Amino acid sequence: MLTLSTELQLELIAHCIRSLPEEGCGLLIGEYETGHVARVVPAENVAHSAMIYTVDPKMFLSADREASKEGLDVIGVFHSHTHTEAFPSPTDVAQAPDPGWHYVLVSLRDTHPVLRSYRIENGTITEEPVSPG
Amino acid sequence: MPVSIRIPTVLRPQTGGAASVSYDGSTIGEVLNALVAEHPGLAGQVFSGDGQLHKFVNIYVNDDDVRYTGGLDTPVKDQDEVSILPAVAGGAN
Repeated sequence: MLTLSTELQLELIAHCIRSLPEEGCGLLIGEYETGHVARVVPAENVAHSAMIYTVDPKMFLSADREASKEGLDVIGVFHSHTHTEAFPSPTDVAQAPDPGWHYVLVSLRDTHPVLRSYRIENGTITEEPVSPG
Repeated sequence: MPVSIRIPTVLRPQTGGAASVSYDGSTIGEVLNALVAEHPGLAGQVFSGDGQLHKFVNIYVNDDDVRYTGGLDTPVKDQDEVSILPAVAGGAN
């Protein structure tokens, strides 16, 4: 389960909307063992694309260092799908780096944004509940 | 000269859970080879089949991506901090 407060959900959705027409992306900082997200770090999509995203590696480095200082970790990533549903694409699955991470998808296809979270392990996608805590 | 290496969560099972380890070496290649010699499970995650850096991993010495500073020949010195980070990418495509 992913614990992501309503405030943080709105923060990452807002970043995805601001990133239009490109895909928006960012990192989830929190407790690796429990899936509790303490904060989100909006990142630059250095791919600058409506179809793919790449989190700025320098931003990842700095977010990872900051998290370590707080005894936290980068525990996942969020990104938007601008014209498709909130479900991991084959590209997402192929490039998912960590089976312990939480993969949050935000679909901006419809009037209301849709946020869902998944685990991806050895190519297998499993949706997980998102609790506001 | 010990150089500390920060290990990302995805690779910690291979280091017994350690978030940071230290190895000697005068280049990043030497340090990473010392790392995988002790933790062979990391070899396929850090290196590609031809012995170069895996394309889905980014290695930093302090703030510098080693791909732009000489690759595996990048010199390292005492107190440098090495970070191993997976590339984070995907998309609807």
